[in-house]
Amino acid sequence: MPMKYSKKELDKICIELRKDIVTMLNKAGSGHAGGSLGSVEILVSLYWNVIKHNPKNPEWEERDYFILSKGHVCPAWYAVLARRGYFSREELWTLRKFGSILQGHPHHLKTPGVEASTGSLGQGLSISNGIAMAMRFQNKPNRVYCLLGDGEVQEGAVWEAGMTAAHYKLDNICATIDRNMLQIDGITEEVMGLENLEEKWRAFNWHVINVDGHNVEELTKAYDEAMTVKGKPTMVIAKTVKGKGVSFIENQVDWHGKAPNDEEYKKAMAELEEAERRLG
Amino acid sequence: MGIVKEMHLVEDLHNVNSKPTRDGYGEALLILGETNPKVVVMDADLAKSTRTVWFREKFPEKFIDMGIAEQDMLATAGGLALGGMIPFCSTYGVFVAGRAWDQIRTTICYGEFNVKIGGMHGGISVGPDGATHQSLEEVPLMRVLPGMTVFSPTDAIEGRKVALFAAEHIGPTYIRYGREAVPIITTEETPFNPWKAEVYRTGDDVAIIAAGTLVYEGLLAAEELAKEGIEARVINCHTIKPMDIETIVNAAKECGAIVTAEEHSVIGGLGGAVAEVICQHYPVPMRIIGIEDRFGESGEPEELMKAFGMSAENIIKNVKEVLDMKE
Repeated sequence: MPMKYSKKELDKICIELRKDIVTMLNKAGSGHAGGSLGSVEILVSLYWNVIKHNPKNPEWEERDYFILSKGHVCPAWYAVLARRGYFSREELWTLRKFGSILQGHPHHLKTPGVEASTGSLGQGLSISNGIAMAMRFQNKPNRVYCLLGDGEVQEGAVWEAGMTAAHYKLDNICATIDRNMLQIDGITEEVMGLENLEEKWRAFNWHVINVDGHNVEELTKAYDEAMTVKGKPTMVIAKTVKGKGVSFIENQVDWHGKAPNDEEYKKAMAELEEAERRLG
Repeated sequence: MGIVKEMHLVEDLHNVNSKPTRDGYGEALLILGETNPKVVVMDADLAKSTRTVWFREKFPEKFIDMGIAEQDMLATAGGLALGGMIPFCSTYGVFVAGRAWDQIRTTICYGEFNVKIGGMHGGISVGPDGATHQSLEEVPLMRVLPGMTVFSPTDAIEGRKVALFAAEHIGPTYIRYGREAVPIITTEETPFNPWKAEVYRTGDDVAIIAAGTLVYEGLLAAEELAKEGIEARVINCHTIKPMDIETIVNAAKECGAIVTAEEHSVIGGLGGAVAEVICQHYPVPMRIIGIEDRFGESGEPEELMKAFGMSAENIIKNVKEVLDMKE
């Protein structure tokens, strides 16, 4: 399937979204900068090229479902949803504030386009399995997409869900692991080693695809490939840089759950604007 | 004073049939398999024990065995509900209310997903399996969750009515069932209003508010007390959340003393829920009968029930104590 949007178009959107994210976090004064910046291309590939959705009618019967299991990177998701038209971009500046539709972690009763409430890690893949089963019970073709963090995969329940999806041959599920190698306490392989992650998922009888998680073409191709896999769920392991796009946030453990102050915000925006100019 | 005719209870309390309340769950699921196309049944490798095996045999295509993975079962149920189904998650109370509590809290209750939970093996009467399998703590774990409805049916017939109602009710629902055969005191004609605590026996000296099989013990206690001239009102409080405040407060006002009885910890269960209502609306002397702050142990159901005070004798003793406080 050809890309609906060109790489250049999407790369430009990614920079715009990163600007939204740092602005949101700066205004909120808290939130998760590293993971949000790092997952932008994954979300953009899905929401611009892959997922069937209708921002004007989030409950559209024929929509594909997206579950953000790593709920803490919702600033990136909110920025995507706003830009796709689920709600006004002005709402982004209310992130984490009292009365906002944008909670600190996703809550589907508050935010259009959000399907489930996540943030307590290790539940999203099970939720996705449940939706996939419900679609199968009703003979519906809707697909289910789920984004997990790599640290999140340390939760035992993720592997329970891994067994379930393979056991019930849920080929209408395509999950992605945002493999940025970092978690709050440090490097994943030092905190609680995950490798060999690819072999683990293969051993759980999943179809596994490795991609550069900042390359929208590779990501789109992987999601297209997943649609052709029969009898197995697909896991896309997306190699990413936590904090991608802002030099002083990239690969910094301390930026997991931090927001830029005014000075850092200006610096980040200058870098992103420079990147935008270079892209032309 | 005496048994309320309109409740259509069994005629002779000393000559009753017995059946585990969990049988009512299994029977209800069989009916729902025929009548409600949205209902699917999930189990975590306990289908025989939870009685979902009856459903599995008749509707294998709508039965999902999740293996021994309760956390996955509950969050998956959330997804099924989101996708338009009505999942009934079935396992033991300890494994669901305990192990999968966060999934119930965040995915199901915070998300207001329409998931039903059949929690078996509530109470000390589980017997020889011992403390690990005797759930004495589910009620506070479940009723603390916003949006959760909590039922504790008194017998197998009511257990069936509750599960059938749960399929109609929109919202997270927990139903507490027992393992052991217990007296069937209601009949098909007994009215079941999910939002009402039912007065089974009238009386103005003291109110015995009970849930589960302790309703039966409460009726036996009231019979004995009447011989001594003490008229006890007996209330079946099958719905622990939301509680029928009106009936409970009326009992406090009209009887002036309350004894609660349940096969559950004395902390945070039916007794705690009634106390929360009474102390805020109409404080009267009160006693809470349940398992004191401790774990259960192995033994035959009958001897455990006696040893842990789950009996008419213990209710009578507490009624007399609370009447002393009243005066």
